[in-house]
Amino acid sequence: MAALETREQVAALGEKYKYGFVTDIEMERAPKGLSEDTVRFISAKKGEPEWMLEWRLGAYRRWRQMREPTWARVHYDPIDYENAYYYAAPKSAADGPKSLDEIDPKLIETYNKLGIPLNEQMLLAGVAVDAVFDSVSVATTFKEKLSEAGVIFCPISEAIRDYPELVKKYLGSVVPVTDNFFATLNSAVFSDGSFVYVPKGVRCPMELSTYFRINAQGTGQFERTLIIADEGSYVSYLEGCTAPKRDENQLHAAVVELVALEGAEIKYSTVQNWYPGDEEGKGGIYNFVTKRGDCRGARSKISWTQVETGSAITWKYPSCLLRGDDSVGEFYSIAIANHFQQADTGTKMHHLGKNTRSRIISKGISAGQAQNTYRGLVSVHPRAANARNYTQCDSLLIGGKCGAHTVPYIESRNKSARIEHEATTSKIAEDQLFYCLQRGIPQEEAVALIVNGFCREVLQQLPMEFAVEAQKLVGISLEGSVG
Amino acid sequence: MLEIEGLHVAVSGKEILKGLSLSIAAGEVHAIMGPNGSGKSTLSYVLAGREGYEIISGSIRYRGEDLAAMAPEERAAKGVFLAMQYPVEIPGVTTMNFLKTALNAQRRARGEKDIDALGVLRLVREKAKALHISEEMLKRALNVGFSGGEKKRLEILQMALFEPALAILDETDSGLDIDALKVVADGVNGLRSSERAMLVITHYQRLLNHIVPDRVHVLYGGRIIKEGGKELAHELEAKGYAEIIREAA
Repeated sequence: MAALETREQVAALGEKYKYGFVTDIEMERAPKGLSEDTVRFISAKKGEPEWMLEWRLGAYRRWRQMREPTWARVHYDPIDYENAYYYAAPKSAADGPKSLDEIDPKLIETYNKLGIPLNEQMLLAGVAVDAVFDSVSVATTFKEKLSEAGVIFCPISEAIRDYPELVKKYLGSVVPVTDNFFATLNSAVFSDGSFVYVPKGVRCPMELSTYFRINAQGTGQFERTLIIADEGSYVSYLEGCTAPKRDENQLHAAVVELVALEGAEIKYSTVQNWYPGDEEGKGGIYNFVTKRGDCRGARSKISWTQVETGSAITWKYPSCLLRGDDSVGEFYSIAIANHFQQADTGTKMHHLGKNTRSRIISKGISAGQAQNTYRGLVSVHPRAANARNYTQCDSLLIGGKCGAHTVPYIESRNKSARIEHEATTSKIAEDQLFYCLQRGIPQEEAVALIVNGFCREVLQQLPMEFAVEAQKLVGISLEGSVG
Repeated sequence: MLEIEGLHVAVSGKEILKGLSLSIAAGEVHAIMGPNGSGKSTLSYVLAGREGYEIISGSIRYRGEDLAAMAPEERAAKGVFLAMQYPVEIPGVTTMNFLKTALNAQRRARGEKDIDALGVLRLVREKAKALHISEEMLKRALNVGFSGGEKKRLEILQMALFEPALAILDETDSGLDIDALKVVADGVNGLRSSERAMLVITHYQRLLNHIVPDRVHVLYGGRIIKEGGKELAHELEAKGYAEIIREAA
């Protein structure tokens, strides 16, 4: 049923990257380049307390001594970190988020174009949205309903002001300031992002959602997300991303930290559709993202689901630290690379506690001249008795010029561990396409249908309303890949 | 309905059909019989428009139009259906979803409105019953793990659903036991109509006991070497291909 919808919606969209528009809004920016002054500027703009500024400066100094990693299977010209803006905010939102009706109508219009209605439609859908436009959260809906349940869902800048003890306790506790080049950069210059705290025993009454968009030219986006699920709580969080078409490459270096305490569960879903560059490989977003979840308490569970269709370069490994005994980590991924896109993505499952389990299902699709790499680590600590992992990596190739690579690392230091790894590589067969054509299904629709079938196990993990969007994206991102 | 004249077709540079002519009117069922390698499957693929089947000369007219000029999906929308000898598997795509996608793609190509999920479900259920196709089977991924008989029944279900004007059945009997053959043949016979032409391609006469043709053509070496009524199938069965080929030479 959903595939039909896919086709209809693909047809309705017509144009290849419908999110490629630019919103003309006056922007307030930090001076170009990166220095301690830039960091101070951002911190001051946010009205941050001294401890936060110090935290950032520490990260900045550390970053100055670090080198960009080169181990991933991606190739790009060196990034000039001094030639970018690290803070850009719509002028009218510079004083922080306001209620919905106070927001610049042009912003609302942008979100409507994106199909992200920040209004009653969402109320009906029961989704609370925190929308990050370039660097500032512009609207957070459904705060009231959430606060009744005791759930905190707000821009992280607000959390730093209003809930400093929570932020101090958890920020950087999963992804340390010194973790890696891009995460450290993010720690120094992050300008906004979302903060979620779900109290003990609370099942979050609605799906939480953040929508990221890079709009301004020459801007990097560095959002920071921190989600804490206290004992016995549950939360499902969705994240979507788009950017305008530009010839230049833009940097996106986000950090997401998840903390699940005893018996808590966090489900984190991403549909990433940053501008991938044009058919010749010009432009597009460099997506260097650090996402990590900490199953800190016993019987906790963290599940990552990602649909990665955009970006010129994707460098992303949503991971789980399975610290609590009997904790569970899951990673479900669809990564599509078409034209000249390069994706190097996967996960790390660190089994630290006893009886910890992890499951990895990765579906990589390569088309055009794209390169798609699955890179994953399953490690079992000596104390992690009876750890179990199941990994399945499937690659699908469309055409003869693309590449699929699987790089699994397995490190087991406990004899009782059970680790399974399965991998397949296949092509869309000519006879499958012919069969579809013979039944009247045109080529592009047939490709979308077959690829959606290939991804089914992962698509099923997505919340309903996101699954439709994701299927649509699968079709759009593979347009022009056959014949 | 279908007029083929002097058709020469090559696959990978090798000529397979060498001057085939054939004419089928609406309401007729024709059988093409021939030994392995005579060009039977090539004929079915070239009619359906499969890539790699190159028409060197000759013409194929379908309802007065040049069939060869149409894309395969366009032929489908215009009522050409090929029940395949080896139906393909598409993992992860449920049979029901596939049927709905295909049906609506054809409808849209003809400028007709889509049928919604419930409507398609009703339509499919009604047709599935006669072919002993269960709900459970419709929920499974297309042809994945289906038995030979299930695959062929699903082909006939699609034929019933799409209601083609020209149905080509390529070795529909292969891999079927006698019970499965009867179910499939009953399904096909139920679709015989004065509006519809059928071309039944088979190696054996056995299928033609159940689907009785109006005309029988013997294909050998890329050409029709003998034609006749339904009794020709029995003659073939009695004499064997070698004898018929010798007589025709």
